[in-house]
Amino acid sequence: MPEQDVCDLPGIVARWQHDPANLVQILREVQESCGTIPSDALDRLAQLLGVPRVRIESTASFYAFFHAESHGAYEILFSDNIVDRMAGKEALKQYFCERLWLEPRKLSEDGLVYVDDTADIGLADQAPALLVNGYAIPSLDKARLDLVAELIRARKPLADWPPMLFEIPDNVRKPGPLMGEAFAPGAALKATLARGADATLAELDAANLRGRGGAGFKTATKWASCRKAEGEAHYVVCNADEGEPGTFKDRVLLASHADLVFEGMTVCARAIGARRGFLYLRGEYRNLHEKLKSVLAARREQGLLGRNILGEDGFDFDIEIHLGAGAYICGEESALIESLEGKPGKPRNRPPFPDRRGYRDQPTVVNNVETFACAAKIAEKGGAWFAALGTPQSAGTKLVSVSGDCKRPGVYEYPFGASVRQILIDCGAEDAHAVQVSGPSGTCISFREFDRRIAFEDLATAGAFMVFSRERDMFEVARNFTHFFAHESCGFCTPCRVGTSLLKNTMDKLAAGKGSAYDMHEMKHIMHILRSMAHCGLGHTAANPVVQTMEKFPDAYERRLKRLDFEPAFDLDGALQTARLITGRDDAWAHLANE
Amino acid sequence: MTEPKKLKVATCSLAGCFGCHMSLLDIDEKLFELVKVVEFDRSPITDIKHCGPCDIGIVEGGVCNAENVHVLKEFRKNCRVLVATGACAITGGIPAWRNNVDLWDCFQEVYHYGIGLENGQIPNDPELPLPFDKVHPIGEVVRVDHFLPGCPPPADAIWKFLTDLAAGREPKLEYEMLHYD
Ligand SMILES: Cc1cc2nc3c(=O)[nH]c(=O)nc-3n(C[C@H](O)[C@H](O)[C@H](O)COP(=O)(O)O)c2cc1C
Ligand code: SF4
Ligand code: SF4
Repeated sequence: MPEQDVCDLPGIVARWQHDPANLVQILREVQESCGTIPSDALDRLAQLLGVPRVRIESTASFYAFFHAESHGAYEILFSDNIVDRMAGKEALKQYFCERLWLEPRKLSEDGLVYVDDTADIGLADQAPALLVNGYAIPSLDKARLDLVAELIRARKPLADWPPMLFEIPDNVRKPGPLMGEAFAPGAALKATLARGADATLAELDAANLRGRGGAGFKTATKWASCRKAEGEAHYVVCNADEGEPGTFKDRVLLASHADLVFEGMTVCARAIGARRGFLYLRGEYRNLHEKLKSVLAARREQGLLGRNILGEDGFDFDIEIHLGAGAYICGEESALIESLEGKPGKPRNRPPFPDRRGYRDQPTVVNNVETFACAAKIAEKGGAWFAALGTPQSAGTKLVSVSGDCKRPGVYEYPFGASVRQILIDCGAEDAHAVQVSGPSGTCISFREFDRRIAFEDLATAGAFMVFSRERDMFEVARNFTHFFAHESCGFCTPCRVGTSLLKNTMDKLAAGKGSAYDMHEMKHIMHILRSMAHCGLGHTAANPVVQTMEKFPDAYERRLKRLDFEPAFDLDGALQTARLITGRDDAWAHLANE
Repeated sequence: MTEPKKLKVATCSLAGCFGCHMSLLDIDEKLFELVKVVEFDRSPITDIKHCGPCDIGIVEGGVCNAENVHVLKEFRKNCRVLVATGACAITGGIPAWRNNVDLWDCFQEVYHYGIGLENGQIPNDPELPLPFDKVHPIGEVVRVDHFLPGCPPPADAIWKFLTDLAAGREPKLEYEMLHYD
């Protein structure tokens, strides 16, 4: 078991320059080395950092991966995306708990192990999957769980577990220019230096590159505006939070094409005049951290990062990695910046957008991992080359993360304009009945719409592509997503904090066979409130799965409705049972008819 | 000339503090105008014990015991329009704070361990309403037509709401009447 005094708070704080802006990283290291963030550590940190305790506490209590109570020597978190469930996660989790004689969400009596769920961990192509002390184990089955259980019983330190448990194949099924071509580190930077910053922006503009993180904003416009914005310093931030369930293409880019991504960030630094950059890596990708640090070290060796990059006088730029701590909302760019600044990840008011006021209120470019990879390619091969790929409004290729009911889940690279039908054929999904494009916040399409195309002008996507066969119950899919949003709502604004919970509760009510037409009507009402009143994109899209499946798969709902008028949300008579036991009463007034 | 037919209004307090009713009385001199257009049926104001067919039912408080359910169902059956009035009716409110405490612990604390208690016994008289293990918003037990927020809703909001309904308009409250911080 990790000992309390292993936790070297002064050392950790010093490693992060005594800077409260690095609080999330500091807390992460405390959590990792002590196993908890105990209350007295908050006091110590407040002293060491010279900030009020409440500041530490508000951050510590915001992130799902931080906790004050012990989760034992081994914390096991099962990924709980619908795709994990379809692959048998619930039964496997139960099997695992029985093997170790424990209950979920309860520390085992010997204080050894703790089991719970967590949101999708970016391994939908290898579902079901789990995290053990933050490290991912994919492709679970009974045999692998037996092994995990044995290792835990033997109290083997994680470092001595067989590496094969943690092996995560890339599963690139269809490579294209981004993933299929060799890239020589430095090639894009050399071209950039030869061309100059203005011409690089012109190439990016000609390429018509649009952001790959979901919103599809034109990258050249963002960079140019950031470059123009005045400030004490400019920053480059790579958004590797990849929290949208069903998305995992950034994981593969970072695992096998990190040079391309870092080079894209460095090209951006040159274009906007930045000296510092951040890779905000979701905590679930902890297993990539060391490798990415070594790629950064190698790039420093090669003169591709650090001072006078490639011998260019005054071209100084370096990249730090910050790890997230289990908060989907930190993928939203302004929440991400708050997190980089050591605060709870709550979205800021926008405008001003980060290009003018981002990290430390300075001009900051935030782009998705794939966007930076594209930018590096464009710097190397030119804008015209890129613009020739895809469709006129959607240039280039798109990485699609395919999972669910198909024979060949993994990453596929298509020129924009590929039809859903084509992707389904390529991944071996003959029985497909529905596809969730771009994750829970995206679009659910039915078999009637399989001729639609992946493109900003039709099906815009951040990359997720979850396939559901005829046997799947689309109501359960939507219900899983409402649980996701209710859990991930940051709680800052009431419409979303309350609305996502109401949606979740109503879907649970329907699932329990207690639904009525009234509930359906209420859910539509909540959707309107979320769309018009929520503060950020999470709330705006949180009702999409319910509304879209209601519209496209009405049967899945109707057969669950008990009455047309109204049905109580709970078992009236059952809710009196405890009091009947306490008082020993069984008279007529101690019962209620459940009519 | 015949007087326009008066609206029948019933009110009740379930798991509430009567604060919402106090706020209704707080419309002060407008009460005289109000009784020109409405007539009260079952209500703590009239002390009528059961309600007949009504136009509007105003419910204060959430549902914390079996008796609350009987009253609420009576209201739903008899009232054309049912209004959840105040935070407790809408969300469970302050009484729902007990939802985090186990019912056993509640009873033990109140009847066995409370200061000054000796040989305390848990009462089991059938006349006492039997509590639920949790306090619920009324919308989880019956269909609700309108929600009038506030703790309590201000007198002006109640006035505006009732006069809108009496005039046959869809009730509409300005932002200022719903805004509390
Ligand atoms: C709730 C929410 C979650 C998001 N998650 C991500 C994410 O994980 N990765 C990402 O690149 N963008 C995410 N975004 C979009 C970002 O806010 C931002 O638009 C994007 O990083 C900009 O980069 P791009 O122009 O390269 O797409 C998210 C947005 C919202 C509202
Ligand atoms: S919409 Fe949801 S996630 Fe966004 S700020 Fe509001 S509470 Fe937070
Ligand atoms: S809403 Fe407020 S005033 Fe009304 S019953 Fe509840 S606590 Fe009392």
